[in-house]
This record gives sequence, C-alpha cells and structure tokens, in this order.
Amino acid sequence: MTDILCSILFVVGTLFLLFSGIGLIRLPDAYNRLQASTKAITLGMCSILLGVAIRYGLSAEGVKAILAIMIIFATATVSAHTLARGTYRFGIKPHKKTFRDDCSRAPDNPEAERPQSDE
Amino acid sequence: MLIYLLYIQLFILVFPLYRIIFGPTIADRIVGIEKLGTLVTSIVVIVILITGKVWMIDIVIAWTILSFISNLTLAKYLENKKLND
Repeated sequence: MTDILCSILFVVGTLFLLFSGIGLIRLPDAYNRLQASTKAITLGMCSILLGVAIRYGLSAEGVKAILAIMIIFATATVSAHTLARGTYRFGIKPHKKTFRDDCSRAPDNPEAERPQSDE
Repeated sequence: MLIYLLYIQLFILVFPLYRIIFGPTIADRIVGIEKLGTLVTSIVVIVILITGKVWMIDIVIAWTILSFISNLTLAKYLENKKLND
C-alpha cells in the first residue's frame, strides 16, 4: 500500500515537472514563463519529497524531506516574486495580450503617470 | 520504474537549457537558471530512491537554500539596471 502511494506521488511529481518544462517553452513572455516555472515546479517537488517522506517514515530522512518541503515552499515563492518585480523595474513590458497591468499604477513606480493637479 | 522517471527528468533539463541559450531577454535566462536549480534537486531525490544513499537528502536542502540566495542576487541585479544601459 505504501509502495503504491509513493509510486503515484513520484509519477505525479514528474508529470508536473514535465508540464512546467513544456510551459517554459510554449508561453509567450517572461512573466508567464515565471509562473509556469514556479507553481508547477513547487507542486512537483513537494509531491516527490512527500513520497520520500512517506517511504522512509518517521526517521531522520523523512523528517529532512518534510523540512525540504517547507524550505521549497518558502524560497520558491519569494524568489519568483522578487524576480517578477525586478523584471518589471528593469523595463521589460508584458505580452500585448495581457489583460490588465496593475503594477503600472503602483505608487512606487517611477514611470507611473501621475494625475495632474489643478493648481 | 524509477529509472524511467530518472530518464524523464534528465529529458526535462532540455527545456530550461533551451530557455537559457535562446531566451530573448535576460529575464528569460534568469527564469531558466532558477528552474534548472530546482530540477537538479529533483534528480538528486530520484538518485536517492534508486541507490538508497539517504544522506543525499542534505544536498537537496543545501542546494535549495543556495539557489535561493543566487536567485535573489540575480533579481536585485536586474532590478538596479535599466533596459537601455
């Protein structure tokens, strides 16, 4: 039973890694590629490491696998957010089919269009 | 079965390498580097499962933290530059 569950988790994780790889090729601009490479890879790695944790049980390796899941959850999202902000400040525009761009109206954006005052 | 998963994960390394080599902008290359760092840890996990050398789980934790620091450095480098410089 445990072997079947671990096998399913490994296969699901590898499939998510494969989907994120395909998304890295197919999506149009850097922001979309960042999204494909962050969410799917986080889920895939957490699935594989959860399989390791179930397989080795409550030993040192299983606990380290749980710790690695927590570290990946914390670091992947933070580095993706920082990289998206850096990309926007660098000046790379989103794809032309992007529906709305909230970051262009952010208060700390130096290139934002200020509303004209009357005085 | 695990050896086929290892083959698939080695094949997945082609996608971020393509994005690093042919990326149109520098941001695409940094995204590829970030993804490559995570895929190496997944390959290490599969190697653990194949060979049974469970001490290698420390490599996963250390590699994740080091790639986090390098990604933050690259992102701050990108943020302090402009496109026309």
